[in-house]
Amino acid sequence: MTLPDQHEQVEQEAVNPRLERKARKQESWRGFFHAAPAYVYLTFFFTLPLIMVYVFSFASRGPTGKPRLEDWNFDSWSKLTEPLFREIALRSLWMAILNTALCLLIGYPFAYWIATRASQKTRTLLLVGVLIPFWSNFLIRTYAWRMLLDSDGLITQLGEWTGFWGQLLFTPTAVFIGLLYGYLPFVVLPLYAAIERLDWTLVEAGRDLYASGSAAFRKITLPLSKPGIVAGSILVFIPSLGAYVTPDILGGAKTTLLGNYIVTQFTAARNWPFGSAMSGAILILMLAATILYFRTDTRTI
Amino acid sequence: MTLHQGAAARPWVDRVLAINGWMIFAFLYMPILMVVVFSFSASPNVGRWGGFTLAWYDRMLGNEQLMNSLRNSVIVALLSTVVATILGTAAAIALDRYRKWVGRGTFDAVVYLPIIIPDVTMAVMLLLWFTSIGMSLGLGTIALSHIAFNISFVAVVVRARLANMDPAMEEAAADLYADRWQAFRKVTFPLIMPGVLGGALLALTLSLDDVVITSFVQGPGSTTLPVYVFGLIKRSVTPEINAVSTLMMVMSVGLVLTSLMFQSRADRTDRQRRRRKS
Amino acid sequence: MKRLLGIIAVLALVVAACGGGDTNVQALADGCEAGETDGDLNLYNWTAYLPTGPDAEDAGVIDFIVEFEARYPDVNVVYTQYDSNEAMLAQVDAGASYDLVVPSDYMVSIMKGSDLLVKLNHDAIPGMVNLDPTFADPGYDSGNEYSVPYQWGTTGIGFNYDYLDDTEGLSWSVIFEPDPDAEYLGRISFLDDTRETLGAALKYLGYSLNTTNQAELDEASALIKSAKDDIAAFDSSSYWTLLTNGDTHVAMGWNGDFLAEYDGISTDDFDAYEQYGYAIPDEGAAAWVDTMAIPTTAEHPCTAHAFIDMVLEPFMGGELTNYNYYASPNLAAEEHIYPDILEWEAVYPSEETMASLEFFEDLGDFEINYADAFAAAKS
Repeated sequence: MTLPDQHEQVEQEAVNPRLERKARKQESWRGFFHAAPAYVYLTFFFTLPLIMVYVFSFASRGPTGKPRLEDWNFDSWSKLTEPLFREIALRSLWMAILNTALCLLIGYPFAYWIATRASQKTRTLLLVGVLIPFWSNFLIRTYAWRMLLDSDGLITQLGEWTGFWGQLLFTPTAVFIGLLYGYLPFVVLPLYAAIERLDWTLVEAGRDLYASGSAAFRKITLPLSKPGIVAGSILVFIPSLGAYVTPDILGGAKTTLLGNYIVTQFTAARNWPFGSAMSGAILILMLAATILYFRTDTRTI
Repeated sequence: MTLHQGAAARPWVDRVLAINGWMIFAFLYMPILMVVVFSFSASPNVGRWGGFTLAWYDRMLGNEQLMNSLRNSVIVALLSTVVATILGTAAAIALDRYRKWVGRGTFDAVVYLPIIIPDVTMAVMLLLWFTSIGMSLGLGTIALSHIAFNISFVAVVVRARLANMDPAMEEAAADLYADRWQAFRKVTFPLIMPGVLGGALLALTLSLDDVVITSFVQGPGSTTLPVYVFGLIKRSVTPEINAVSTLMMVMSVGLVLTSLMFQSRADRTDRQRRRRKS
Repeated sequence: MKRLLGIIAVLALVVAACGGGDTNVQALADGCEAGETDGDLNLYNWTAYLPTGPDAEDAGVIDFIVEFEARYPDVNVVYTQYDSNEAMLAQVDAGASYDLVVPSDYMVSIMKGSDLLVKLNHDAIPGMVNLDPTFADPGYDSGNEYSVPYQWGTTGIGFNYDYLDDTEGLSWSVIFEPDPDAEYLGRISFLDDTRETLGAALKYLGYSLNTTNQAELDEASALIKSAKDDIAAFDSSSYWTLLTNGDTHVAMGWNGDFLAEYDGISTDDFDAYEQYGYAIPDEGAAAWVDTMAIPTTAEHPCTAHAFIDMVLEPFMGGELTNYNYYASPNLAAEEHIYPDILEWEAVYPSEETMASLEFFEDLGDFEINYADAFAAAKS
């Protein structure tokens, strides 16, 4: 039990119940007032716009694409059941899952290595080292990759010299390299946090009981770091689902993903209601995924 | 603190992990180094070295469009960071320190939404909203949008810090006849400062880097740096962009390292205090 | 609290239902005189379409913005850029107050139809007499009531002479159904543009690029989908660089972009025109006109008129082409255009070629079908 709860209990046993109620009411108002500015702001610039999206998804399309608040219909939502949308959604889903798996696979040993360095200073320095590249502009990083991977880029030259690979630009490999690069810190940070907080005495106990290194890892360390794995996965999966800039720049825009398709509705297709419906649908899916996460583990980042 | 010996892996495993680690660092820094190195290259073709020069930095400073967009980015970023940090910190305190108040449950849910919502959805809904309420698009709408998602990020970071903080400190202050404001100023705030700084830094980065949302809600003359780079980078990739990028990176790294210095100092005193208490 | 939220929500919807719209702009525009200005200019144009800044300096061309500000010292030009008609439309539709925009032909029809453009005051634009008579009464805007032609161009194929030869003409088949032995397979790029790419496919198949026949559209979509396996990328914004640095050997694109690039990489030792070419395929292709227009959200229509007039001056019109290598609709400007450019078939095609070119038209609701067809082709 945390200290405030203990305190509350002691207080409840105290003398005057009327004063108690008044104090609690004051607390309640104070809490409200602390949150009020943020609450109002988010209501105006998040909740209401969000409601607007759902409202517009039932509107009809004007000649320039803007929603017309008349002739309400389900057209946009029924378009979500069309095979084209399903194909695009599944492809994006698949890419997001693959990317998440890749990030976890590569991120875990990396996070483990950082988290198990002996001195705190080393660990902090290494972590900062991971973050520094992300203080540059995202587009420039992506274009730097484009240059590294194109026909006379360094990576291509390396590949030709070793004979292991040819030009990678505009292939799915390039896309995954770009996505991995962009999302690695999102997986490394929570994993690091989880592994660092681990109770290593448990691992030691396992070893004492004649467990091999790999068994100790599999049965103790890995399960105990699960919260980090779950947090990292969510932090990578959700943005990957909507990602389209990196696949366009590094993959040659050869596939339509959810992100592209939504943006198209607001530009070339001029069909804002459908764009709204898609955005709304994705949000519902994300919410579902997040609630699932919260049910598995309530420890926050 | 030093790590428990149970964490030590067998030496060959450790070596493999180390090699893997350094390779990943190489992977992370390769594009960055390329950007920085070629910002000094005399060849207009990025990717081909043409001799050392500072000409691109010179040209960058003389490019009015570029400088305008940089100025816009900085204005929006600073504004949104300051507002979001204040609102977000207050929200975090409300959620962590006060258990029962009207609408807490809903707020707890709403405050996380901007983090999980995809960029595109947020961009779309803000454009629709601004259009509907008749607000003219420009730097103002960009700033308002950035504040919207930054509040959540700040709140999450500060809340994590608050959760780790010993609440007894505030009670001790109250026992010593400090009123709420004094307690906040002299006890709570210094203790959560690293979290607040962390949140502010995160907000700053997110604002400076944002492309999708900004490009939807921008207006005349309110092009920000990432949006400008997006347009320019497609057209003529000259090392001028590398120069801008290098500059921004140096500034950001400087900020981060400074904040980390403060944070580690605060952590150390916090730990010392805790150790002395026990 | 909940009730308060409810009231706010209802209010929001009510506000949303009411429009914006300023009918004063038309009145202001009607009163403009030649050379009159009424405040700063919010100019919204395609990227790298107007000579200004270091780019203009590099090209040795006059800086239009500096020139305009010099003539009208009270006026400050705020220059914002976009890379697609639809992005511009979204902004204007959302109420962004730009004074001058540069929509393409079909976009003018759309914007006109939605009352987003102001009727131009021809008295304030005496320079209109300089226009080539062919552009005096275009199909998308009869009498140039709402727009003034800016530049015009074609969509075709840019290629490396090492891999393709156009002495006997060129067919769209080189990119849509290339010879399986062709060396350039995998080094092709298409435009990442719904109407353009589908249009090219439709022309190849012998249909109109403004067709509203779903079967024809589906055929074009399937063609692109099957051709997709042999291409490197869909790209509308760096395809010329991809061509000249060898990532692609054959690219679909706009004439001006290619030519500006070829000129840019030519040095004293290397003549890019010996290595790279541009051709309009035999089956025909798209031609398009970009125009200058004033949106109804403008706040300074008179300044906008003055800017349009400046662009129509013979010298300025010539410099515009000398910068972006697109053909000028301005007849009087021809004496100021570099002779090389005037002679190019690529910029000023022959009569014969002109006959095979088609302009895009707005297809209303059917645009959605095109967008879906393109998305399907890419999946």
